Amino acid sequence: MTQRALSTPPRLPPRSLRASVEGNGSSVDRAFGAVGAGAAGALGLVLVGVAASVARIAWPSIQATGLSFVTTSVWDPSRGTYGALAFVFGTLVTSFIALLLAVPVALGVAVFLTDLGPRRLQRPVSSLVELLAAIPSVVYGLWAALVLAPILRTTVQPALAAVGGPLFSGPNVGFGILCASLVLAIMLLPTIASVSRDVLRAVPADLREGALALGATPWDALRLVVFPHARRGIFGAVLLGFGRAIGETMAVAAVVGSRADISPSLFAPGYTMSSVIANEFPAASSELHVAALAEVGLLLFVVTVAFNVAARVLVARSREGSPRASQAGAGSGGAA
Amino acid sequence: MTPELESAYSGRKLAARAAKTASSVAVGLALLPLFAVLAYVASQGARALSVAFFTEPIGVRGAGMANAIVGTIELVFLASAMGIPLGIAAGLYLAEYASTPLARAVRFSADVLAGVPSILVGVVVYAVVVVWMKQFSAFAGAAALAIVMLPLVTRTTDELARAVPDSLREAALALGAPRWRTAIFVVLRTAAPGIRSGCLLAVARVSGETAPLLFTAYNSRFFNESLFDPTSTLQVQIFTYTMTPNDDWHAQAWAAALVLVALVVVLNVLARRVLAEREPA
Repeated sequence: MTQRALSTPPRLPPRSLRASVEGNGSSVDRAFGAVGAGAAGALGLVLVGVAASVARIAWPSIQATGLSFVTTSVWDPSRGTYGALAFVFGTLVTSFIALLLAVPVALGVAVFLTDLGPRRLQRPVSSLVELLAAIPSVVYGLWAALVLAPILRTTVQPALAAVGGPLFSGPNVGFGILCASLVLAIMLLPTIASVSRDVLRAVPADLREGALALGATPWDALRLVVFPHARRGIFGAVLLGFGRAIGETMAVAAVVGSRADISPSLFAPGYTMSSVIANEFPAASSELHVAALAEVGLLLFVVTVAFNVAARVLVARSREGSPRASQAGAGSGGAA
Repeated sequence: MTPELESAYSGRKLAARAAKTASSVAVGLALLPLFAVLAYVASQGARALSVAFFTEPIGVRGAGMANAIVGTIELVFLASAMGIPLGIAAGLYLAEYASTPLARAVRFSADVLAGVPSILVGVVVYAVVVVWMKQFSAFAGAAALAIVMLPLVTRTTDELARAVPDSLREAALALGAPRWRTAIFVVLRTAAPGIRSGCLLAVARVSGETAPLLFTAYNSRFFNESLFDPTSTLQVQIFTYTMTPNDDWHAQAWAAALVLVALVVVLNVLARRVLAEREPA
């Protein structure tokens, strides 16, 4: 029966009808395509525009300071000396400490949401974690400046100072690298947790089931099968978190202490690339000052774009799955 | 089960239980700051809220933030009016012409743009719009927020429109519908609930954005007379008050934070509602 249906040649509509249908659609279709392409192109243009216009404002500073911009740390707009090393240092240190604090907790949350937590808790916990991401950055800044920093000053930092060492010494004012890192950690957590959750969920179910069927406990299955499979994606999630940490502005600006210093102490006030732009750009004193701030922005742009591209590539690859996974999928499909 | 097998298994069971406990502890640690922030915002904010907060403009003492509330709403509306249609058009294009080189390049740059720190968007809008118009304005602030929204809306639309089964497209095309009709009346309509929810989430996200407004919409103590005047917003006002050592202003900042968080949470809940309607049980 199907044989006969297939062997009948497809009958085309009469030429006149075809022409009218195509003629009717195609000019509007072309317009539709053009409008869509225009909108999409505008989006691409915005990205190029961001890079180009930041670079254009930064040009006088690039010319004036050259390489010393990233190798010196004296930032004194009143004397026209611009060295951004302290901002780069502050950004990297706060982001790194924030990751150190956030990654274990975020992975714990992700694993709770996919494998280890009770199923009826998974949905509410998932929404609460997303709520954590929804709270605006300024509100975190307000909370950190008025609640977290005083707690650090009165209890946490004295306790850490008792431990001693160069990390935990120096002035104890609450505001500083440690406080900024803590807020950042709170803000990164939902990003890393939800991306890793998605990556873990994308691990083919047969792999987990196979491990469990062989007698693995849920933790064994995670450790021996799921994690190795999702490794690249989780690394991508961490990079995405790092990219976000580097660009985070308002909460950090509120508590970082705003001083362009490089100090080994975590208690010391510091500065980051994004928060110096936020604080000084509206009141920049001279054209060179504006240019220098834009050059900080340019550095920030390059670093975040690099991290984001790397992270996206990793996450996308792990979602596509390794060849082993697709083989497993094909095998189960054949059996069904 | 032999004794040694038994003991090996009990060790693994112990490890599994430890892992389970550790992941629960992690959830506790993650939710602790959430509850701490929400509790402070709710209690401190409620104490500082008053009728004057909603009716009086920003002033010295005991005044309100009426103009900042209006400013935030105005900017979010304007930004949505610019960002959402453009984003949906771009996303639909990406989905319908999914594999062209342009579509791939744009999809990639949308992802990258979503990761660009929003303060840089502020710098760019300052350089282009503010310098050109020679003053800070609500319009510039809204443009900055629209740029922040654009990649979010585009990617949501793109992903949801691509998830629409090809059989629907083919059915429409087979009935003689041209491609643009198929895209708008079949693909877009099928994906509409998800796109609505995505747009609401994007609106929620920009309602709290502060960094791009610092030097675009700037700040003002008065209601703005036109869209081309500097405009005060709740977000920027919270930041300004955070950085002062004045208790009255801190109280105002808490109240503003309560209003802002309430706005964002309501938008998020709405987005989830819209999404839930799409999936009948």
